Amino acid sequence: MRMRTMEIGVGFLMLAGAVALVVLALNISGLSLANQGGGYRVYARFENIGGLTARAKVAMSGVQIGEVTAIRLDPKFLVAEVEMRIRDDVDYLSTDSSAQILTAGLLGEQYIGITPGAEDENLKDGDRIQDTQSALVLEDLVGKFLFNKVSE
Amino acid sequence: MLDWIQSLGHRTLSRLAAFGRAGQLLAQSLIARPSPITMFPLLVQQLYFVGVLSLVIIVVSGGFIGMVLGLQGYTILVDYGSEQAVGQMVALSLVRELAPVVTALLFAGRAGSALTAEIGLMKATEQLASLEMIGVDPLRRVIAPRFWAGFISMPILTVIFSVVGVWGGAIVAVDWLGIYDGSFWANMQHSVDFNDDVLNGIIKSIVFGAVVTWIAVFEGYDCVPTSEGISQATTRTVVFSSLAVLGLDFILTALMFGEL
Repeated sequence: MRMRTMEIGVGFLMLAGAVALVVLALNISGLSLANQGGGYRVYARFENIGGLTARAKVAMSGVQIGEVTAIRLDPKFLVAEVEMRIRDDVDYLSTDSSAQILTAGLLGEQYIGITPGAEDENLKDGDRIQDTQSALVLEDLVGKFLFNKVSE
Repeated sequence: MLDWIQSLGHRTLSRLAAFGRAGQLLAQSLIARPSPITMFPLLVQQLYFVGVLSLVIIVVSGGFIGMVLGLQGYTILVDYGSEQAVGQMVALSLVRELAPVVTALLFAGRAGSALTAEIGLMKATEQLASLEMIGVDPLRRVIAPRFWAGFISMPILTVIFSVVGVWGGAIVAVDWLGIYDGSFWANMQHSVDFNDDVLNGIIKSIVFGAVVTWIAVFEGYDCVPTSEGISQATTRTVVFSSLAVLGLDFILTALMFGEL
């Protein structure tokens, strides 16, 4: 009988540990069970990506529609090239959509915001977004502000 | 003068010998694993004493630490207008650092000291010797189940500590201080990475669990079999395992997150 209570207790401990691990994975670290391989790839060139990193989110009107998969330097145009993966069910982005690098909140992370265009044709796998806007770099902003002050 | 040098040499040698005996004990109790059928009931018993009975202190302290983190983080971050980042701060500091370290310290105080005292008393009352007399290896019967129980229960307790702590932080930040629910969890989920943060925290806790139980079991097995010896061994367990946990934590953090 005593053995039975102990075994029940240990069983509860194991169960609590498993539940806690699942909560940690899904609720706290936001690991989604959906496969990461899906979606189609879209490229965009940016003058300056600021603090954008791989796995940053790609959002439209604030709703996440994909994530950044790779960032590299384009050796020909000498700008940053960002590869992102957009969810398959979001297949209605027109070819003249624009991409800009935005910041979530004051100290928040940077992400790519997509603004849809008016063209009838839609973006496909491997297409490139032409109209891009770089990240806001605080130093540039301060520099421009000071330059304007001096010229006044 | 020569006496002093001799005593220094004696102390160094006995320290080294203790290290050697500790290594021997670890190797033997890991290799001399008994058959699963006899091991299992013993392991369940030890898991109950080491794991289940530590659950209350882990849950209570995890909840309060999470609540304090939420409160402190809020009062600092509200000055910068970014109190939404409280969730991310609470979760990262718990998962990476506080949960493994505090759980290991509590574990050393709650379970490690009990292990040392128990094994030390077994030695003092010559139970270990009589086990050997009737042909049962005390390493298999007494030491191995306790070691494995500590090894298994530490990561589980750490994961529970993290979850309860985040939940405590959420209670303070979301329910009492009125941070928007969605941004609290979304910020947290975006910044906590499962492989980098959660798994590294669990690896830390496995290392701490092994070290703390090793020290506890060794101190008990190696103590001077008198009542004074047992009390000294228990003190040494708590002191040594706390120091080992804090020192190892720095090394592991430097390896995992420091990019040294």
